[in-house]
Amino acid sequence: MRHSRILKAGIACNQTEDHGTDLIASQDQQWLPAINGTVLGIALNHSDLRDQMDAAFNEKPHVNPPKTPVLHIKTDNTHIGNGVAIPAPADGETIYAGPSLGVVIGQQATRVSAADALDYVKGYTVVNEVSLAENSFYRPAVKAKCRDGFCPIGPWVVDAADVKAPESLQVATYINGEMQHCTTTAKLHYGIAEIVEYVSSFITLQPGDLLIAGTPPRTDKLALKAGDTVAIEIEQIGRLENPVVAEQEIAS
Amino acid sequence: MKRARILHNGQPTDVTVNNDHQAVLADGTTLNENDAHWLPPCDGKIFVLGLNYADHASELAFSAPEEPLVFLKGPNTLIGHNQKTCRPDNVDYMHYEAELVAIIGKTAKNVSREDAMDYIGGYTVGNDYAIRDYLENYYRPNLRVKSRDTCTPVGPFIIDADEVGDPSNLELKAYINGELKQHGNTKDMIFDIPFLVEYLSAIMTLSPGDMIFTGTPEGLADVKPGDEVVIEVEKVGRLTNHIISEDEYVSSLKA
Repeated sequence: MRHSRILKAGIACNQTEDHGTDLIASQDQQWLPAINGTVLGIALNHSDLRDQMDAAFNEKPHVNPPKTPVLHIKTDNTHIGNGVAIPAPADGETIYAGPSLGVVIGQQATRVSAADALDYVKGYTVVNEVSLAENSFYRPAVKAKCRDGFCPIGPWVVDAADVKAPESLQVATYINGEMQHCTTTAKLHYGIAEIVEYVSSFITLQPGDLLIAGTPPRTDKLALKAGDTVAIEIEQIGRLENPVVAEQEIAS
Repeated sequence: MKRARILHNGQPTDVTVNNDHQAVLADGTTLNENDAHWLPPCDGKIFVLGLNYADHASELAFSAPEEPLVFLKGPNTLIGHNQKTCRPDNVDYMHYEAELVAIIGKTAKNVSREDAMDYIGGYTVGNDYAIRDYLENYYRPNLRVKSRDTCTPVGPFIIDADEVGDPSNLELKAYINGELKQHGNTKDMIFDIPFLVEYLSAIMTLSPGDMIFTGTPEGLADVKPGDEVVIEVEKVGRLTNHIISEDEYVSSLKA
C-alpha cells in the first residue's frame, strides 16, 4: 500500500491506495508533504561525498572525521508536497537538488537497537533535500537548508513490506525531463538500521517522523534555477516532481 | 496574560497562570504550582543562539561571531516546568544555560529590525542543556549535544510581550540547589531580538509559536543527578528542573 496526504476542498486528507507499478503521481491532486512529523537529515552519509571530504575531515575546522552520523533539521516551513513550487532565492544564488531516500517512522522509537530498528520503519518516500551550496559542514546549515519550500517530500509513503532491498535502490534526478544524475542507496555510509539506532539513542522518534537517509555531493549536475522542473525518482517508490520558481513570483 | 499548558486528566490543556503561580482552567478551577503537570507552553520551531553573549563566547574560547550562530532543536527535547532531565552515564560535563526565549506571535517573513518587535507575542524562560562530551566539529553544536530528549526545559508560561516591555535589560540567573551560579543581563546580547527576527525571517517564514532561545551569559557549571536547577528571567518567570540519572530515566520510560 502507499499512503499520501492531499488537500481536498482546503482540508488535509489521508489517502491510501494499492501500490501499483506506476511511480508518477496524478496532476489532478494537490499533494501535501507525505508526512507531517519532524524531519531530520543525515549529512555526510553518501560515500561519494565522504570520499570528496576525506582530506578536509582531517583539517581545520574539523580536525577529525565525524565519529557519529551528522544530523540536521529541515524545519516545517521547508516541507512541501509533490508539484508545489520550490522558491529560488531572489538574489539568484544557485540552489541544488538533494536526492534521497526518506525513511518514515511508524511507531514511537526510543533507544532502539539496530537489530530491531526496521520494525519501527513504516515505509519509504522520496525526498528532495534542497540546499544552497554546501560550503561548510562546521556550523549548522540553517541558512543553506531551511529556506521555505526547500524540502519536497512524497508523493507518498510506500509500506516497507512493498519495498524490496531498500539499500540498493536506484535514485535518479531529472531536470527538465533529462536524467542529470543517478545514484543508489547502496552508497549510504550508515545504513537505515544504524541511522534509526543512532538517532533514537537520544531522540524519541514519533510516528510520521522522517529521516533523510543521505544526499550525494551537490555538483553542477544537481544545480537548479528558476524555470526548471526537478524530479527525483526512486525505483519501487515513486517520482517526486517540483517546479522551481523565483521566490518573488511566488510571493506576488 | 500568562498562558501555559498542563497535562490535566491525561489531556494537554490550555490554562492561564495567576499571580499565585496557580494554573487556572477554563472553568475557573485552580491548581497549585506543585500540583500541576506543566507541559512546554507552546510548540513551533526551536531556534537557539550560540555564543550570543560576549562573556560566554570568551568563556568557551571563541571570539564573538560576526553573524548569529543559530542552531535548531527538535520537539523531542522540550519538557515543561518542574520536570526531569536525564544526565547520561559516563559523561564528564553537562551544563545548563539560562536563556530568555522570545515567542513569535504572528507570521513573519522579511521583517525589518524596525518592525520586528510587532512580531513577538511573548516571552518565556528556557534552559538549553548541553552535553559537552558529545561535541564534534560537524554542524557544531551537533544534535547529540543539544537536541536530546528532556534536555530543553521551557516555561512555566508565556507572558505577553506588552507586560514585559523592553526585553533588552532583564536579569538572567541560574541556581543549582539554591546557589547562584550564573548571573547576566540581556543587555549584553550580541545580536538582539529585533536583529534576530530580521535575520531569521530573511531566511524563512516564522510562524506563531516559534521560539527563539536568545543565548546565555557566562557562568557554566556541571550538573549531577539529584540537582535542582532553577532559571530566572526578570519580569518573565522562574523555571525549575531536576536532574536524574540514566537509570531513573530508563525506568521512567518503562513505567
